[in-house]
Amino acid sequence: MEAIILQILNGLDKGSAYALIALGLTLIFGTLGVVNFAHGAIFMIGAFVAVTLNRVLNLSFSVIDETRTDFLGNPMQVQVPYVEHWFGTQTGAAIIDWSVPLAIIVAIPIMALIGIAMERGLIKHFYKRPHADQILVTFGLAIVLQEIIKAFYGANPIPTPAPDAFVGSFDLGQIFGFEPFAIMYPYWRLVYFAFAAVVIGAVFAFLQFTTFGMVVRAGMADRETVGILGIDIDKRFTTMFAIAAIVAGLAGVMYTPILSPNYHMGMDFLVLSFVVVVVGGMGSLGGAVAAGFLLGVLQSFASMSQVIDLIPGINQVIIYLVAIIVLLTRPRGLMGRKGVMED
Amino acid sequence: MSDKNLSRRGLLKAGAATGVALSLPTIFTSKAYGFTNEPGASSVTLGFNVPQTGAYADEGADELRAYQLAVEHLNGEGDGGMLNTFSSQVLDGTGILGRRVEYVTGDTQTSSDAARSSARSMIERDGAIMITGGSSSGVAVAVQALCQEAGVIFMAGLTHSNDTTGKDRKANGFRHFFNSYMSGAALAPVLANAYGTDRNAYYLTADYNWGYTTEQAIQEATEGVGWNTVNTVRTPLGAGDFSSYITPVLGSGADTLVLVHYGGDMVNSLTNAVQFGLREAQANGRDFQIVVPLFSRLMARGAGENIRGIFGSTNWHWSLQDEGSQAFTRSFGEKYGFPPSQAAHTCYVQTLLYADAVSRAGTFNPCGVVEALEGFEFDGLGNGPTLYRAEDHQCFKDVLVVRGKENPDSEYDLLEIVEVTPVDQVTYAPDHPQFSGGELGTCNPGA
Repeated sequence: MEAIILQILNGLDKGSAYALIALGLTLIFGTLGVVNFAHGAIFMIGAFVAVTLNRVLNLSFSVIDETRTDFLGNPMQVQVPYVEHWFGTQTGAAIIDWSVPLAIIVAIPIMALIGIAMERGLIKHFYKRPHADQILVTFGLAIVLQEIIKAFYGANPIPTPAPDAFVGSFDLGQIFGFEPFAIMYPYWRLVYFAFAAVVIGAVFAFLQFTTFGMVVRAGMADRETVGILGIDIDKRFTTMFAIAAIVAGLAGVMYTPILSPNYHMGMDFLVLSFVVVVVGGMGSLGGAVAAGFLLGVLQSFASMSQVIDLIPGINQVIIYLVAIIVLLTRPRGLMGRKGVMED
Repeated sequence: MSDKNLSRRGLLKAGAATGVALSLPTIFTSKAYGFTNEPGASSVTLGFNVPQTGAYADEGADELRAYQLAVEHLNGEGDGGMLNTFSSQVLDGTGILGRRVEYVTGDTQTSSDAARSSARSMIERDGAIMITGGSSSGVAVAVQALCQEAGVIFMAGLTHSNDTTGKDRKANGFRHFFNSYMSGAALAPVLANAYGTDRNAYYLTADYNWGYTTEQAIQEATEGVGWNTVNTVRTPLGAGDFSSYITPVLGSGADTLVLVHYGGDMVNSLTNAVQFGLREAQANGRDFQIVVPLFSRLMARGAGENIRGIFGSTNWHWSLQDEGSQAFTRSFGEKYGFPPSQAAHTCYVQTLLYADAVSRAGTFNPCGVVEALEGFEFDGLGNGPTLYRAEDHQCFKDVLVVRGKENPDSEYDLLEIVEVTPVDQVTYAPDHPQFSGGELGTCNPGA
């Protein structure tokens, strides 16, 4: 019983990340009709915004400490962060400690700019080209972005811890009357889950309850008619691209304490997120979110050693297996609309 | 994929055909001179095959720095580093056998195929007389076999799997780095001392060659001191998030988690384990513990605070106080501004050992070099008195048991040495079951 609850919880945070990335993917696909393979790279760049902010806050000047020596036997140069120098040791340390949540504020404008630059600079030239061209160019873009990050930050994962207040885990099981230590769950993963729920809710509310959102939804349904009505749909689609980039970027920022980011993390999530979009149904926002959580939980279950003992290797293929079954029984995905990608 | 496009198989076939074509002249010339790539009178070319891209790129970059330093020292530039402390005083800074040392580099990409093709290209196109480097056992085994066929010496870089000098050992291949068995033999007594002799261990193991031999070695060694193995679970390489493998651990009856992971996988799995509260948890009435059999400082940096207090083993550490280690750390630190990693150390030492063996043999002929290295005893290269055992071409030397430092002074000062395990305790018979099934064969000069 404990094991099952644990794997559901595990699936939720992974599912949150899948859902956030898939949401942006399907948003871009639904509005612009573009299959964006660079979307994983946006997630990765979001994570590196957090890494960069952490580094900027840690920018230091060196003070020579005569009492200690470094590895070559010279007097030790102690690094004092400017932030601690300016705001006092305690406030400065607190600011550095909260660098990941602070990165959200920084990431929103940066991700929006990156999104707009990507859409205006590259992707808009590919709207009328076949999907294969779009895939190739966005895939190429993803590799370029990934290599740029690697050139600056190296290939190894970079630890970016959560604020001290959220470090560690709490005994969820004891609240519900299980043995101590039976169900331990890290605080930050709960934060991530709540954060994902808020972001997903906000995107849905934005599309549902604003005029802008209504126009976009109309554009997703019938782009031509909306254009004939005299609405500049392209401009709104650029905005939607920026929003999708912000969603993926924030998903990346908040994911850094869960998984130390490296240049490759975007690709790792991208492939699975595409499966999520397909299983959820191309162009269906609700489907993307539901499939994200569903596949996250299923993947966690498949990684249980009892399950692996039963069906060896299942943990590596479960997602694709589910995708095949869903597509065989419901070719449009779980909540797919008719007519998407069928022309 | 249409017929017009290149398939992987087609590419490999074409590559192999090109390889054969390219190797033809080498075969003719090698017949004429007696061995592959005999150097001219003025210079000799070494091939440094390191991961410049991929997951171990940081290790590869450090290996390359060490090789460049070694070449400088061999050519009489810089402060000489370990040439001054090496017990064999044959090398005098005039290159190798009077020839200036030059080098070419290849990118292994931590992939056996890529590593073999870059090694092949360095041998056949650039005329490399010796290939060295690498940061993965899969790569080491593959390149070692290639060098055996090509008739050049392979001085392995960072490779820890038993198989490199076990079932896949080759006469032309030599390993200075320690191995899985030695990690187990060194760690088990320290673990028993620190955590007791009745622990229940749960293994998460990287699903490839190195993971298997290391899991087996640690398991046998700890069971030897009374530990019990609860479960062993294989995890895919590059799993990213290990939480679904970590969470079942606490409910399994285990009180110790052994993470047989390296590089990025180790950083991620350890971070997950700490996040899920394993280090604060209690199991079987005592504190839960985590063990990481193979530590590297580059990894420790990635894992940050999570590594504090965790036991592991390592081949070498810059804080060692012997003359050789200090000389190397000084040359490296002054050139690059930070201390060398264990990968850098083993690569630097391997280059010196090769150059020394050639000088003592008086020839670049691989068979002469093999003879000079087999049974060679030396000191002053950072690990105390060391033997290159003739039976399996494995170096036998002290092993370091380390622990993540609680209060590091700097970003390099992350591991503290808990014990220097004497070489006798980590020595095994050449036909030990963990190493059986391999034959060195005879040296191949390529003629």
